[in-house]
Amino acid sequence: MRIDRRSFLRVSALTGGGALLALYVKPRALAQGRGGFNPGPPPDPNNYVKIAADGTVTIMAKNPEVGQGVKTMLPMLIAEELDADWKSVKIEQTDFDDSKYAGQIAGGSTATPTNWTPMRQVGAAARAMLITAAAKTWNVPEGECTTSAGRVLHAASNRSLGYGELASKLAGITPPALNTLKLKDPKDYKIIGVTQPQRELHNIVTGKPIFGIDVTMPGMLYAVYEKCGVFGGKVASANLEEIKKMPGIRQAFAVERPDVTDTVLPGDPGLESGIAIVADTWWQAQSARKKLQVTWNEGPRANQTSVQFAQRAQELSQQTPQRTIRTDGDPEGALKSASKVVEAAYSYPFIAHAPLEPQNCTAHVTEGKCEIWTNSQIPGSGRRMVADLLGLQQKDVTLHMVRGGGGFGRRLTNDYMVEAAYISKTAGAPVKLLWSREDDMAHDYYRPGGFQFLKAGLDGNGKLVAWRNHFVSYGEGERTVSAGAMGPTEFPQRFVPNYALHMSVQPLGIRTGSLRAPSSNAFAFVIQSFIDELAHAAGRDPVDFRLDLLSTPPPPAAAAPPAANGRGGGFAFPGMNAERMKGVVKLVAEKSGWGKAKAEKGRAMGVAFHFSHLGYFAEVADVSVDSASKVKIHKVWVAADVGSHIINPGAGENMAQGAVIDGMSELMGQEITLDKGRVQQSNFHQHTMVRMAQAPPEIEVHWLKTDNPPTGLGEPSLPPVLPAIANAIFSASGKRVRSLPLAKSGFSWA
Amino acid sequence: MAFKLNVNGRVSTVEVAADTPLLWVIRDVLGLPGTKYGCGIGQCGACTVHLGGRAVRSCQTPVSAATSAPITTLEGLSPDGTHPVQIAWQEIDVPQCGYCQAGQMMSAAALLAKNPKPSDKDIDTAMNGNLCRCGTYLRIRQAIHKAASISTSASARTVQTASNTVEVK
Repeated sequence: MRIDRRSFLRVSALTGGGALLALYVKPRALAQGRGGFNPGPPPDPNNYVKIAADGTVTIMAKNPEVGQGVKTMLPMLIAEELDADWKSVKIEQTDFDDSKYAGQIAGGSTATPTNWTPMRQVGAAARAMLITAAAKTWNVPEGECTTSAGRVLHAASNRSLGYGELASKLAGITPPALNTLKLKDPKDYKIIGVTQPQRELHNIVTGKPIFGIDVTMPGMLYAVYEKCGVFGGKVASANLEEIKKMPGIRQAFAVERPDVTDTVLPGDPGLESGIAIVADTWWQAQSARKKLQVTWNEGPRANQTSVQFAQRAQELSQQTPQRTIRTDGDPEGALKSASKVVEAAYSYPFIAHAPLEPQNCTAHVTEGKCEIWTNSQIPGSGRRMVADLLGLQQKDVTLHMVRGGGGFGRRLTNDYMVEAAYISKTAGAPVKLLWSREDDMAHDYYRPGGFQFLKAGLDGNGKLVAWRNHFVSYGEGERTVSAGAMGPTEFPQRFVPNYALHMSVQPLGIRTGSLRAPSSNAFAFVIQSFIDELAHAAGRDPVDFRLDLLSTPPPPAAAAPPAANGRGGGFAFPGMNAERMKGVVKLVAEKSGWGKAKAEKGRAMGVAFHFSHLGYFAEVADVSVDSASKVKIHKVWVAADVGSHIINPGAGENMAQGAVIDGMSELMGQEITLDKGRVQQSNFHQHTMVRMAQAPPEIEVHWLKTDNPPTGLGEPSLPPVLPAIANAIFSASGKRVRSLPLAKSGFSWA
Repeated sequence: MAFKLNVNGRVSTVEVAADTPLLWVIRDVLGLPGTKYGCGIGQCGACTVHLGGRAVRSCQTPVSAATSAPITTLEGLSPDGTHPVQIAWQEIDVPQCGYCQAGQMMSAAALLAKNPKPSDKDIDTAMNGNLCRCGTYLRIRQAIHKAASISTSASARTVQTASNTVEVK
């Protein structure tokens, strides 16, 4: 969200003598701030800060919370500049309302960069008004007043007033223009940069109903929704009469939908054909479902197999690429004249998001209205889809935002939301729809698999002079599937004088989309592994080789690179700053003792870096590989530059450590394969995650604080760990892994 | 069918099909939402409760097999969130999303009841059935050591409370 002159604060009185401070953002300001994001209907004043007469400060948390800590982090920004007493601040989750709040989305690691300034301004404006009110009360100059922990102080006369005592006096005060406010000198921060435990902690450890799956209400029924395993398949017939007679079943009905004819599937296709079973309890619905006999009209996508995808990719790699994304210099000529040429084919599979809380949504559709409780990461698009589906105005769809048990990008579509709304409307009752884990595995939109055919040339000094990548992805013509594109500035573009990125696609009939650090989670593995191969081919130390590469002066034509395309849900970001990346590479080398460890058979370190979502991350893994290809991760070091401040350091460290473990899961065990158009994995035994015994005993996280605005870290912390471990495996065992997951090549965790 | 269950010291009679997993009785019949559904096949441990003091996966325990011993869920671990694992989980600020943590805490509490000073290896073994999708394992391990170091008087008190059963139906 960008605050400009169209934005201002409004104050209105609260019953009971308090005051409400609202950041009033005009639609145009919203549209500018979110790159064309629909700003919704004309705005009403909205609450960010409520000050009650008893001094209680309540700060509104506007973004979806799926475990990334945003419900604590954004209020910290307001509280800091407000000089509130953090321990007594209350935090309240808002509903979704794009007439009041901008950017109510959990995606692209955007919450920090887009809210860093406006949220502090909100707090500063509220503080300025409290000072004005106190100065008037005491008849002293505002400049003589200071604030601390929820009070305005006048040192000269040794007087003070609590914010609660001043709240009733705010209504007559004109809020200051946000862009005129002087924000705190960071050295005075008391809340930002100090670990604040997340506010939901006590509710989590005592089992309070805070997640989407926990929503209940009087008269609520439970639903399951059976869809065809082949995307777009439709119900031909089903034994619904038999199902309706089973215990607890209220309704069972088929949902007809038009054919999905698009050859490149939409990210969020809305309501799909299927069978809804509504019951008094979820287990009754689920039990009835096991007796369901459906004949599906599977449609045209029933003959896809992963084996064919791999064969077709090989064929495409032998042919002239379908198109060229970018060429710098003369890559073919430079490859011919290079002293050494290295060639390698890399591949990675489709993988599922599998947040631990299965998809669910509670909806209550009544005459002309719809009320929804959702843990969507992007509730706004869900509201639009529900309104369209039910023939309602968006204003008649109320969205309550409930905590999500993990997101990882899975809740960036709203399939479960439209299903719940449709079933509630048909059932004529409030309905909680809950997917089984098998539903989630079979009906995800997957991180798209891909194939990259690389060729690079080194000169006589071991310097990288040519890079050619033929990326084989999925799509049709110039369209690629969601999260299946590579942009023209992908590393090492601009660091190698002769660079070519070509692309070919093959058709795909399953949904794909953003998974934590989309595209980066796969590209970093390929690019940083191949760079490692080049370092070894050049006889260079992998850290030195990378630092030299980052020091290569950019060719003149590429001096001002265009924004990297679409990393993270369509957010355009500026390109990578090489100096910042060198900073974290040097830091991670220093902290890990790179190159200093005594040689030990079967044990080695690997390094990698990656830039995504404005974040600079370099990681080193210390890894053992035994003769049976059992892999033990002894320790991982993470060095990160995400700007001048880590707003909530404890939460940041937790998330970066979690990203390492998440990346390990992707590296070793996760693969979604298709046969007869259907996903072959059904649950966690076939799409595995790292467990306690496999987690590294230590993951050290180091923040390199630089004079740059703070940016997000949930996503960029993940990509480097995959190649760092793969590179360590090579150094420890001599085995270069070019295809994920590792388990397919005989590796397993020790 | 009617089944008599002792959950968190309260005895209830529930009318459900005999094959209903204890998980769904706890959540949707008894209204105790702390116990979570994650996989339904005993792979993730989010549904872990204590049955007669042992950690079991309630998604794999039919209600008919849960009548013979007292059941404890996260809500029953302590009356006020003061069981050592609850204190330790807060002090270490373990969770990210928090969804798996009920199961993690129940597995940890069962471990500590048997083994008051577990080693890292003991923790690996006892906790290997509980997945954390956010990857908070390092903090879980730290919190278990922390809980082990907290005075055992709180847990002794909890056990006593749990045994004071009350007939509600």
